[in-house]
Amino acid sequence: MSLLEIEKLKLDIGGTPILKGIDLAIEKGQVMGLVGESGSGKSMTALAIMRLMPHAARASGRLTFDGIDILASTEEAMCRLRGDDIGMVFQEPMTALNPVKTIGEQVAEGIRWHTGANRADAEARARQILDRVGLPEAKFPLSRYPHELSGGQRQRVVIAIACALKPKLLIADEPTTALDVVLQKQILELLKDLVDEQKMGLLLISHDLAVVADMADRVTIMRHGEVMEDGETARTLSEQVHPYTRQLAQASMHVPDRPHTTAASSTAENLLEIRNVSRDYPGRRVSLFKKGEPFRAVNDVSFSLKPGQSVALVGRSGCGKSTLARMILALDHPTSGDIRFMGESLLGKDETALRPFRRNMQVVFQDPYGSFNPRHKVERLVSEPLHLLDETPTPAARREMVAAALHEVGLKPSDMEKYPHEFSGGQRQRISIARAIITRPKLIVADEPVSALDVSIRAQVLDLFADLNQRLGVAYLFITHDLTVARAITDEVMVMHDGIMVEEGGTADILDHPKSDAAKALVDAAPDLHRAIARRLQEQG
Amino acid sequence: MTAFLLKRLLIGLATLLVASMVVFGVMEVLPGDPALLMLGMNASPDALESLRQQMGLNDPVVIRYVHWIGGLAIGDFGRSYTYSSPVIELIGERAAVSLPLAIMSLVLSTVIAIPVGLYSASRRGRLSDTLAMGTAQVGVAIPNFWFALLLIYVFAVWLRLVPAGGFPGWGAGIWPGIKSLILPAVALALPQAAILARVTRSALLEVLGEDYIRTARAKGMPRSAVLWRHALRNAMIPVLTILGLQFAFLLAGTIIIENVFYLPGLGRLIFQAITQRDLIVVEGVVMLLVATVVVVNLLVDLAYALVDPRLRVRT
Repeated sequence: MSLLEIEKLKLDIGGTPILKGIDLAIEKGQVMGLVGESGSGKSMTALAIMRLMPHAARASGRLTFDGIDILASTEEAMCRLRGDDIGMVFQEPMTALNPVKTIGEQVAEGIRWHTGANRADAEARARQILDRVGLPEAKFPLSRYPHELSGGQRQRVVIAIACALKPKLLIADEPTTALDVVLQKQILELLKDLVDEQKMGLLLISHDLAVVADMADRVTIMRHGEVMEDGETARTLSEQVHPYTRQLAQASMHVPDRPHTTAASSTAENLLEIRNVSRDYPGRRVSLFKKGEPFRAVNDVSFSLKPGQSVALVGRSGCGKSTLARMILALDHPTSGDIRFMGESLLGKDETALRPFRRNMQVVFQDPYGSFNPRHKVERLVSEPLHLLDETPTPAARREMVAAALHEVGLKPSDMEKYPHEFSGGQRQRISIARAIITRPKLIVADEPVSALDVSIRAQVLDLFADLNQRLGVAYLFITHDLTVARAITDEVMVMHDGIMVEEGGTADILDHPKSDAAKALVDAAPDLHRAIARRLQEQG
Repeated sequence: MTAFLLKRLLIGLATLLVASMVVFGVMEVLPGDPALLMLGMNASPDALESLRQQMGLNDPVVIRYVHWIGGLAIGDFGRSYTYSSPVIELIGERAAVSLPLAIMSLVLSTVIAIPVGLYSASRRGRLSDTLAMGTAQVGVAIPNFWFALLLIYVFAVWLRLVPAGGFPGWGAGIWPGIKSLILPAVALALPQAAILARVTRSALLEVLGEDYIRTARAKGMPRSAVLWRHALRNAMIPVLTILGLQFAFLLAGTIIIENVFYLPGLGRLIFQAITQRDLIVVEGVVMLLVATVVVVNLLVDLAYALVDPRLRVRT
């Protein structure tokens, strides 16, 4: 008998079917990868195993864990299972911990609840498991609060909570999606070690095939609430029998067509020039009369960008890349150094003087959901940057420009009458790109523009970026921790670490032969589908 | 922490100073001559003039302000024009009624509201939640003087458990004093409790949607335990804000209830002082209320820090 057996699991919320007959089985000590795009029902499957679905959800079918019929169990019986025999790790480490309780309280709580241990014993066990997940007592005492920890450290605490009582099954729902690649690798390794040590079953939910290929013994691929294919990882992902599996695999390694790269125009004037730029932030006050040491977020960075060039700025979270981007966009001032755009310095200019520069550089943000006012129509959203033009266009001309921009990004001109919520995530990112190109800028700064998107949509958006670069000659500065994005559409890569530019050069050169430690760490940690499959096949002989 | 407290105290003092200027300035432009009031309409101009001289009413505004504020700083609020006793004594007598009344109704409203809010939030959308919140809605809508009359009828006239009104003074013993404050406290607490229960419920519901609540549930804790151990403390910030505002209101905004129950409280003092142009009393009471608000706000801020470690300033 398997540890977890799911047969024909159906689930609907308020009459809308979410799961349409899922079959899935996990053996003791096995790692099962559950892959699918957003809305495929993979998180709902996990919540159904925990019986933590939303109120209105109705489930039917068979779901047994360790011989217990989950769907028929009482709430009390489920409370005994949760946290004791089944542990769960969530996607968003920043919000998964209670901000008003110490990490010690939060880890010890489940231990006390299930074992009835006294405070001292529970805390001793909490100390052990926190030490095991890489938060040793000396540096991370139990009295720490979540806000005193970084995202990666918080995810370790969440893992400690989930694994404290050595559950038989661990469910990890996109445990590393919110983390940078280096942290991702560390967390995945930690999960793998814990699973091996404690002989846990692991249900690893991810949209990233490469991560799953690396971790899982078996994979189940879901789409629209149904299982498309399941089987042994290496074989399923290498043979790609099912068309959807092939589609996912191809999309995740998609490289857009870019016939002419801009290396030829290297004789042209620099579009953007960063000269010895540094940015300090004031440190926390040591006392009433003593200022803290300032924190140097960006340290003496210089580089230049030619018209039409596509460059990636990569680095781990907190390396200073977003601070640098804010200064390029003239949203923040460097402490020292100079930023020149189209041959002129941006420093010391007021908003009026900056206008001609602003209309020539636009920005695309990571989250297409958060960057629109939900009460404005697309026409108004896309035409926002038009106030940067010297002459405000007439309403008719404005509509024409919006229509042209929407057409450019592959949307219909009639879409301008709609509100953002009527579009999917990928379409919304197209709208934000339309907004960025409407003033015909020479430079677009894109901050993690595809990391919130599913692989197939992400491939389409990357195609769109490449196409606009080819047709309109827009230069790009991509800010990302995802090397596949860099590899897909940039000519050059710059690697930042602790505020310093540690390496720069041709994209292929750096990604294939990194020299600096920081670049090596990034390349080494980046999940790679081919590598992972090859390794698995090799292991199996 | 000390730096934080010091900073807050300085801000509080500055607030008081600005408030004192506004209070003094407003009283300055209001019509009404205290000397005329004290001596009556038939007083001779000579007598009026000499009284004005004696009271310092003829001094320039700035001098009088400095004089007044200097007195406040050492606890001398001046003498009332109509009662001809020191303002501080008048305030003291009245505060001995108003302060216990405010504290009683605040405690009462908290004790009612938080359990009701918790109960409603835990049974969101069910009949009991709808009923509880419907009752709260009615509680907000009922005028408290009407409710007070109802209370008097049932508990004083009919059941004869408590006096219908008046205040015997603390000299007559603690229990008679408290007994005469019970009904007014209940009448004041009801609408406050209704508002507070609604705030508690909505704050809890918001918190219950947070990711960390799911984490706690995944640990195997039942819904009720999660509500008490994880949600309540996180929902306290808006509740504390409302509590602070309510206390300031309860201290002086209770004139109607004081009238219904014939209580000699601060509300009636300030009302009488205004009708009699007893400006020095008005100024004194208002300054006291401003000071109370400043102190309560400071306490609320300290309570925030107690509840949420992210709001604690490092020393």
